[in-house]
Amino acid sequence: MTDMPDTTLTSDHSHDEPSAGAYDDASGYYTLGEPIADTKAPAGDIADRWQTRKFEARLVNPANRRKLSIIIVGTGLAGGAAAATLGEAGYNVKSFCYQDSPRRAHSIAAQGGINAAKNYKEDGDSTHRLFYDTVKGGDYRSRESNVYRLAEVSTNIIDQCVAQGVPFAREYGGLLDNRSFGGVQVSRTFYARGQTGQQLLIGAYQAMERQVKLGTVTEYTRHEMLEVIVADGQARGIIARDMVTGAIETHLADVVVLASGGYGNVFYLSTNAMGSNVTAAWRAHRKGAYMANPCYTQIHPTCIPVSGDHQSKLTLMSESLRNDGRIWVPKKAEDCAKDPRDIPEEDRDYYLERIYPSFGNLVPRDIASRQAKNMCDEGRGVGPMVGDFRRGVYLDFKDAIARLGKDAIEEKYDNLLDMYERITGENPYEVPMRIYPAVHYVMGGLWVDYDLQSSIKGLFVTGEANFSDHGANRLGASALMQGLADGYFVLPHTIRDYLSDGPFEEIGEDHPAVTEARADVEARIEKFLSINGSRSVDSFHRELGHIMWEYCGMERTAEGLRKAIDMIRELKREFWSDLKVLGTADSLNQSLEKAGRVADFIELGELMCIDALNRRESCGGHFRGESQTEDGEALRHDDEFAYVAAWEWGGDAASNDMGTPILHKEDLVYTAIEMKQRSYK
Amino acid sequence: MNLTLKIWRQTDAVDKGKIHTYEVAGISQDMSFLEMLDVLNEQLNELGEEPIAFDSDCREGICGMCSLMINGEPHGPEVTTTCQLHMRSFNDGDTITIEPWRSGAFPVVKDLVVDRSAFDRIIQSGGYISANTGSAPEANSVPVPRDNAVRAFNVATCIGCGACVAACPNGSASLFLGAKITHLGELPQGQPERWSRVVDMTAQHDYEGFGGCTNIGECAAACPKEIPLDVISQLNRDLRTAMKHGH
Ligand SMILES: Cc1cc2nc3c(=O)[nH]c(=O)nc-3n(C[C@H](O)[C@H](O)[C@H](O)COP(=O)(O)OP(=O)(O)OC[C@H]3O[C@@H](n4cnc5c(N)ncnc54)[C@H](O)[C@@H]3O)c2cc1C
Ligand code: SF4
Ligand code: FES
Repeated sequence: MTDMPDTTLTSDHSHDEPSAGAYDDASGYYTLGEPIADTKAPAGDIADRWQTRKFEARLVNPANRRKLSIIIVGTGLAGGAAAATLGEAGYNVKSFCYQDSPRRAHSIAAQGGINAAKNYKEDGDSTHRLFYDTVKGGDYRSRESNVYRLAEVSTNIIDQCVAQGVPFAREYGGLLDNRSFGGVQVSRTFYARGQTGQQLLIGAYQAMERQVKLGTVTEYTRHEMLEVIVADGQARGIIARDMVTGAIETHLADVVVLASGGYGNVFYLSTNAMGSNVTAAWRAHRKGAYMANPCYTQIHPTCIPVSGDHQSKLTLMSESLRNDGRIWVPKKAEDCAKDPRDIPEEDRDYYLERIYPSFGNLVPRDIASRQAKNMCDEGRGVGPMVGDFRRGVYLDFKDAIARLGKDAIEEKYDNLLDMYERITGENPYEVPMRIYPAVHYVMGGLWVDYDLQSSIKGLFVTGEANFSDHGANRLGASALMQGLADGYFVLPHTIRDYLSDGPFEEIGEDHPAVTEARADVEARIEKFLSINGSRSVDSFHRELGHIMWEYCGMERTAEGLRKAIDMIRELKREFWSDLKVLGTADSLNQSLEKAGRVADFIELGELMCIDALNRRESCGGHFRGESQTEDGEALRHDDEFAYVAAWEWGGDAASNDMGTPILHKEDLVYTAIEMKQRSYK
Repeated sequence: MNLTLKIWRQTDAVDKGKIHTYEVAGISQDMSFLEMLDVLNEQLNELGEEPIAFDSDCREGICGMCSLMINGEPHGPEVTTTCQLHMRSFNDGDTITIEPWRSGAFPVVKDLVVDRSAFDRIIQSGGYISANTGSAPEANSVPVPRDNAVRAFNVATCIGCGACVAACPNGSASLFLGAKITHLGELPQGQPERWSRVVDMTAQHDYEGFGGCTNIGECAAACPKEIPLDVISQLNRDLRTAMKHGH
């Protein structure tokens, strides 16, 4: 912590006076709305809630299902699994993705694995333990009913995937293998070498394609959703752009599901795909869907460090590597430029093993990331200089290779280590890998109730796009679990309760809600193409990313966040006056696509900073410099912040004025688990 | 490094298209091939010329979105995807020709972007195991011998990029098709539909206008995921068996 002055609990508060024992850092940036609550989770023993809800959810007669239409935006694990399952049930499903095939959704890139409380290893795992680990890992900022349900259905997911032909790793006896993954002490992570996401997604994709053939699902690829249609208080469709012809299309339905993934690309550099965006969620937010905990970002500890300004994205090295690799930096700053192989054992600092003896290299991601940053800030980072510091730490396989043999390591991690060599030009079997944290996942997302319904009636949100299960930090291998839980096992039950009131009265394409939404989309496109300024979309995106990483990244302070908000507002003004997008609206135009995404990222960035500013506590991936223990660990303030911050759009729907966002608090109540300060020591 | 790029430009599916020549300077060895194209696109935008359309998404070699014929080779000179190809594979002063996949079944959409939806339709015709959600038995109730599981996995790593088609003088998608047939055929869960699957998928493959396989082997040489040629033997064997069974 050497170069971190001013970050004790009481310092740095020049802007406002604390009021009545509590700080209100974001005073002036927001207004306070009514508290909200989830009204759908049944009361009673946590272990019975999901069964009760499933039973109480009304049924839809199979003969009526064909008459009920469902739009699903997204074909990742959350959207693909839902499309397949709802198609199988007989509903009329329309599925959208911006890629040229549903199989390319970014879930494909997940490497490490998927959790399930199968307890195949008899090592003490259970639904309750998976629940407990997930709530604890999320630093007690998630909703307990949702998390319990997630743990409960986790085992069904593995059964389903195996039945579809997902080629999980197996033991010699032919039974499923699994391993342990960051932040837990049991072995419950199922995997398919380093390509688990790919294999799970292909399973969901194939199930969905089967429904396409059977006529229950219609797929719209290279289509980007640009607006949600809310008619008489109900989500009734979307406006989408055919990215090949540029045609603006209206799609109407009885219900809309957003499974559009995460918004980590607000940081420009992240491990997300180039096209990952917040547009679907943000357009819904502007129409009344609350955005919950937008500042909760996961910075993943094991990514390949940035190599230069040209960089377009960052590449994750699965944290399963932390099972066998040991993380270290030189003890002495003067060793940092040396060949690591020449640094003797006694001069290496295996800092995670030192600071956290019981979890060692397997501490949760937020802790591993922050400690890597601390080591580099202390001047003990390795690799090339980025600015004033070397930004990298070693992940070393030497001991694992000596213990298990090179073949075993190769079999487990081959594709990852190959990828590393391809990108860096260094052989990780010989030279320790260099890693550094990078933005990877967002726990924040649209607010949903237990039924996964947002604050707009008839708009459901699943997968990474919602906020519901991971609190302030997500444990490894649990996003895949959540995506598939939502898609295969949760949404199909909760959505039927909603649909049992349908089919809803038909609305025509001339309904004012439709014509307005269309007109907004067309006007925006027209605007992008006519600003005719001097700067490319990418240049704005990169600048936004720098602001976010600097001030809303691994460590946040009130002062920095206020500065960031000013900078973002200025950037936004410049964007709308100096953007340059060439080409036309009526053809494939990738700059135009990006312009829409970046415009939404800019607004989201501001809200993230406001959320981070409001939350004057450290929890999970959100680390406020003003709130830490003496030895630099995150310090929560349960008395003030044990709530979900659900933000309502406070601006004018049609203009670019964000107005003042309205904060609704949902209190987090734990009945099945006791809140504790996390300790991984 | 400084490079001369000869790039195919075509405004839409009906345009005839032609090669344009561009110069880029100051390219670093550590850039990926697509980052090099990003640099060019920034330059073009500056100059008022519409940027070149090309596909990419994950940029980690797993989604299968990127493509490109680079100096006549699908995904360029290394065994990897275009997005994972790095500029250290080229030399200062090189001239690089960049074209879209060339195959009747993959029509060009614009510049370097092609339409690969034929692959989705091949999967729709049978590339799955029918197992409705909720109907699955306990996962460990059906053990899968490890060798089968490993082979199934190895071929299931196909990313659906289409390089095999682009490489094949006949424009055949047999490697892609064989990979799926082998993946599902290796697993006990895939047996009930094994014979109808191979017949239906092959029919769809032919219907889409992909050519027949004459054992040239260019596909496997171009495949970024090293799907082995023996999946095509497996495909042919399964097809013969299916025919014998009267499918
Ligand atoms: C590199 C990497 C590795 C990971 N490894 C793991 C792991 O090992 N274990 C784990 O549990 N999790 C992992 N994660 C996290 C996990 O993969 C994701 O959180 C999860 O897959 C998200 O799934 P999803 O279905 O919500 O969204 P995605 O898979 O991102 O799908 C989003 C879908 O929405 C569509 N879409 C988005 N916007 C629009 C729009 N405006 N219009 C139309 N369509 C749109 C896209 O086309 C796509 O189909 C990893 C993530 C990354 C980036
Ligand atoms: S077989 Fe290889 S080349 Fe063909 S689509 Fe699959 S990954 Fe691409
Ligand atoms: S962009 Fe995903 S494989 Fe190349």
